[in-house]
Amino acid sequence: MNEKNPLARFRHQLGHSSDVIRDRWAHTPGWQRWIVYVALIIGAILLPSESIGSFMSPDTDWASILFFPIGTYVLLAIGLNVVVGQAGLLDLGFVAFYAVGGYAMALLGTRLGWNFWVILIVGIGICALSGITLGAPTLRLRGDYLAIVTLGFGEIIRITARNTDEIGGPNGIRGIPHPPSYEDLVLFGINFSDTFGVDPLKYGVLDPRPYYYLLVALAVVVIILVKRWEKSRVGRAWAAIREDEDAAEVMGVPTFRFKILAFAIGASIGGAMGVLWAAKSISINPNDFQFLLSATILAAVVMGGSGNLPGVMLGAFLVAWLPERFRGLQEYRMLIFGAVLVALMIFRPEGLLPSRQRKAELKEGTGGMGTLGAEVPGPESRGEEVASK
Amino acid sequence: MFNDFINQFWPATIDGLAFGSIYALIALGYTMVYGVLRLINFAHSEVFMIGTFGAMFVPFTLGINSALTGFALVGVIVLMILAGMLASAGTAVALERIAYRPLRKRGASRLAALISAIGASIFLQELFALVIIPNVFDRPQQGRVQMGLPRLMERTELFSIFGHTVRVDQVLVIVAALGMMVVLDRLVNATKIGRGIRATAQNPESAVLMGVDIDKIIRMTFLIGGAMAGVAGALYLISYENTNYFIGFLFGIKAFTAAVLGGIGNLRGALVGGIVLGLVENYGAIFFGSDWKHVISFTILVLVLMFRPTGILGESLQQARA
Repeated sequence: MNEKNPLARFRHQLGHSSDVIRDRWAHTPGWQRWIVYVALIIGAILLPSESIGSFMSPDTDWASILFFPIGTYVLLAIGLNVVVGQAGLLDLGFVAFYAVGGYAMALLGTRLGWNFWVILIVGIGICALSGITLGAPTLRLRGDYLAIVTLGFGEIIRITARNTDEIGGPNGIRGIPHPPSYEDLVLFGINFSDTFGVDPLKYGVLDPRPYYYLLVALAVVVIILVKRWEKSRVGRAWAAIREDEDAAEVMGVPTFRFKILAFAIGASIGGAMGVLWAAKSISINPNDFQFLLSATILAAVVMGGSGNLPGVMLGAFLVAWLPERFRGLQEYRMLIFGAVLVALMIFRPEGLLPSRQRKAELKEGTGGMGTLGAEVPGPESRGEEVASK
Repeated sequence: MFNDFINQFWPATIDGLAFGSIYALIALGYTMVYGVLRLINFAHSEVFMIGTFGAMFVPFTLGINSALTGFALVGVIVLMILAGMLASAGTAVALERIAYRPLRKRGASRLAALISAIGASIFLQELFALVIIPNVFDRPQQGRVQMGLPRLMERTELFSIFGHTVRVDQVLVIVAALGMMVVLDRLVNATKIGRGIRATAQNPESAVLMGVDIDKIIRMTFLIGGAMAGVAGALYLISYENTNYFIGFLFGIKAFTAAVLGGIGNLRGALVGGIVLGLVENYGAIFFGSDWKHVISFTILVLVLMFRPTGILGESLQQARA
């Protein structure tokens, strides 16, 4: 803590204050937590209002960017966090599952005329299955190799979609149906469209807000499930695998099965988002599923603090929102994004709101994912290490 | 189908060898860095991209619009290769200094290095699309448009195999790539720097104890790998006569596939892997159509990693390493 560098000291304090908040949260009684949860959900419902939007995104329609990219990135990041943050599996092809979900919605909706809700459930099943099929052969690999294989799979799926004329080839699929609407919803004697000026279940072309509410509902369910998993035996097994796979195996954790499970859960979340996104956007094509999206979501996860759910959501929010807020710099936003990623990894590799466990790992120097040729910490760093101890 | 294969066998072989040599040259960069640092230098694809633009700079500043002959041609080609090497090696060294060394010094996790590399990769692509192509190459508003090279070298037939032409530019690519491989092989196996690189790859701690300056060796590794990617960029540009800011992505993944296929960390493996990948990809394209070319390479990558992750020749910049 006795750092001379003021910047480093500031970072320590920042990390410290987030720890204080976390400790207080851990000792908060249940009913107070529920108040916070309800407040958060009400906040999410009020978020698309004009007054917030005029500050958050003066140049674009706030409600529609709340759905895409912001909400979409947040949900995808939650899904990827299960794979990368909790199980420690480096996945660079996450967009593949998003694509599978999107195509499931598009094909089942246009060809078979199925209902959105049925497709959502079937789509989640298909994505879980595709997660297992992709995971089964590849999850025996570790670290960087897994990253490259998943990257390869992501590209295979995109190029295959582009080359297969039966599913629209490079033009993709148009005319995807919206979810079924219930107009003029009346609940407890309140007519929503008259009172609040929004029809929350009217899924049309014009108003993005109903889709956003649907996304919030989906996110709430996903967050509850993910949190439950994290605290369960499954979550502990993932943590063990992330810290030291061999040790976990020796201790009797069936590592392979739990890795597949992480993959399948991550894939389902990505796929559910794909279904929802396709249902809103009417048409999809293979170029919606570029590698850059996988990289961006991964960056969001790492930037927010891999393994820590609020951090991950914050990271995804920032990654999606900042470029929209500063539309004036539109051309340069990817340039800035790239530079920020490098800078962040140099100055704060644990992310903005790191998980405490993860931070401890990084501090040891030999992180859970191995070291970067740092078997030899150069002569300079040796001094630093002593100082920080 | 089979007839197609017979008819197109030789053209596909020659194309495959030419592409394969380019993959091999890029793969060297991946393999060397992996051997020494155990790190996949994800931004290496951009090093190649910058090599093509470095080479492009020479005919651009000289204002060449028509085909050259004789010494002028040789001179320009040599200059282009040198410019490509300079641009790429410079980029690679800068990458090491800015994006990797601070992380390495702190012993950061691999994930951090990967994100840093992805960030650097996005940054370099955008830098070219937004700043360098519009300003240096005088193409305002066209940073994302493919940029063509005026024909420098008439594509004369050099000789023919079973009635199929082999053009002079294809031979140039293959011969130059093989030449660079030989030079590199000597450099790593017969010089002091090469010995340092091998020592670091085998056991960095002992290498330090034996007086190897590890920072210098790592810098040299990036420099040499970058220079090879620069040669690849120049050769690609001369032969295929176009480039764009995004070209590195596919070549990068394919070169990485080549490195893995041959055995990552193994210099000769990069050559073998590159050539094999180039050939298989082009033969496969005869059967499935050229749309599927990329899928073929990615499938090979996945299969190799699943069934023989050590590659054809095995990992061996460091020989046996547990």
